[in-house]
Amino acid sequence: MLGIQSLTVGYGARTVLKDISLSVAKGEVMALIGPNGSGKTTLIRAVSGVLDLRLGQVLVDGKDVKHLSPAQRAARMAVVPQARNLPESFTVYQTVLLGRTPYLSWLGHPGEKDFARLEWALERTDTKMLADRLIGELSGGEQQRVLLARALAQDTPILLLDEPTAHLDINHQARLLNLVQELAREQSLAILMALHDLNLVALYADRVALLVNGSVAALGNPKEVLTPDTLALAYGIHLKVILHPDYGTPLVLPDGHHL
Amino acid sequence: MDKRLTIRPYLLNILLLLLALLFSIAVGAVVIPPGVLARLFLGSATGGDILPAFRTILFQLRLPHTALVMLTGAALAGSGAAYQGLFRNPLADPYLIGVASGAGLGAVLAMASPLAAHFLGMFSVPAAAFLGALLTVLAVYWLARSGKFVPTTTLILAGVAVGSFASALTSFLMLRSQGELHRAIAWLLGGTTSSGWQPVLVTLPYVILSLVLLSLSGHALNVLQFGDEQAQQLGLPVERTKALLILAASLATAAAVSFSGIIGFVGLIVPHLARLLWGSDYRRLIPLSILGGASVLLIADLLARVILAPEELPVGIVTALAGAPFFLWVLRRTRSSRES
Repeated sequence: MLGIQSLTVGYGARTVLKDISLSVAKGEVMALIGPNGSGKTTLIRAVSGVLDLRLGQVLVDGKDVKHLSPAQRAARMAVVPQARNLPESFTVYQTVLLGRTPYLSWLGHPGEKDFARLEWALERTDTKMLADRLIGELSGGEQQRVLLARALAQDTPILLLDEPTAHLDINHQARLLNLVQELAREQSLAILMALHDLNLVALYADRVALLVNGSVAALGNPKEVLTPDTLALAYGIHLKVILHPDYGTPLVLPDGHHL
Repeated sequence: MDKRLTIRPYLLNILLLLLALLFSIAVGAVVIPPGVLARLFLGSATGGDILPAFRTILFQLRLPHTALVMLTGAALAGSGAAYQGLFRNPLADPYLIGVASGAGLGAVLAMASPLAAHFLGMFSVPAAAFLGALLTVLAVYWLARSGKFVPTTTLILAGVAVGSFASALTSFLMLRSQGELHRAIAWLLGGTTSSGWQPVLVTLPYVILSLVLLSLSGHALNVLQFGDEQAQQLGLPVERTKALLILAASLATAAAVSFSGIIGFVGLIVPHLARLLWGSDYRRLIPLSILGGASVLLIADLLARVILAPEELPVGIVTALAGAPFFLWVLRRTRSSRES
């Protein structure tokens, strides 16, 4: 579904991402992990088309998206950004409706199909009761759900999420990621998601790509990637990995002793 | 569905505009009684000694003046709302970000240059004002930009700096060339010194074209409120859209400035009030600002004409006297909401 081939991105003289190749299948959740500054957010932005690529390409269904218009591209992939700098005086309803932009004319008049998709997105993300509220009045978790609703309204086969749980408490983290996983299965979405919390990654990701200094250092299922040795190389700290008592997925614990 | 998508704000604004129009036409150094006004409009006014005088005042003075003021107010408020949306900044206004001063410089350059007048005639002043406005907005935007955003402080600072520079050049030009540019002084203070229908007819196509364009761009402006990056991820061709909106807003500003001089704060106050009253959906904010701007400037102009009657104050003085305190209030308000 989503293919990233030999992608290289830089700002000025600095190369931020070097020769990244990944692919995400339909119905699959791939997590991007890595230490701060390893290039997770940059990769999401590059795939979404807001950064110029130095080299490489982004493929959707095997086709390079380079020559697509912004609207055509936005009909194929939606982004859930971190909830920052949002226009406070917009209502939730208005905000989610903007997800229909790729399908609307310049005037932006939505039709029946747009309203139907909008309703579905609001319902699916539990934001329907917030519809008339202003973005600025919402909690961080609610704002994040609204941005997810907007991305769902966009009706794309690919979803890119940038640290969607960054400022959420553990309850909202779990609920949001449950929903993301459900959507991947139910709607056969290909999902690429930057995540900080390794234990959430272990629970919710099908595969994990570990970025270190802008390159893929490890790729595989959580059990393969979340090992003490790999993590020590990436994060520069000894971590203890045990198994989740119910699911048998890895659990990563700080060890207390630095390298 | 969305309760804010009702028609009531439009009706309210149209009513206000009609009232403002009526007063603007009837009141001045000479008051035209309503009965006479009705008869003049209905064309049934034949004979009588006073009527021809009233007829001249109405059709040669009041109506064109009122039309020009209305177009100016609409253009300033419409472009103000658009600039605020473009810069994602509630303090952007054609005056504060220096665009009006840039347009003024362009206009004075054209007035001072016999060559321009020779080739372009009536259109030389608006064309030069447009060029001045456009160059200024590009300079201010480029100077104020820090990374992906245009922060309030740098925007205002860059606007003030570039605007002052343009104003200084304008003053210099006016001092150098005596006589010819004398009328420009009153004009720069925001006095609609020109009279008759010609300015109206020259301004009209520019204002209509740009305001129609801006009115139709509400959805794009809504998307832009989420920032360039998200706007593009939502499928908006961001660079092209911004270029188009900057062109249209600068065209409206230039058209307003070229005949009505530099009138501050209308482009700030009106969109702000509209936003407070009816929400920040740009699909409605732009047309409501346009209607409201026309009414507000008509009222300010009416005040300018009657406060010291029969003397006329430049309307720019009235809008600045009312607008500056309002600006400070907005500044305090946005700051305290950020801090909380």
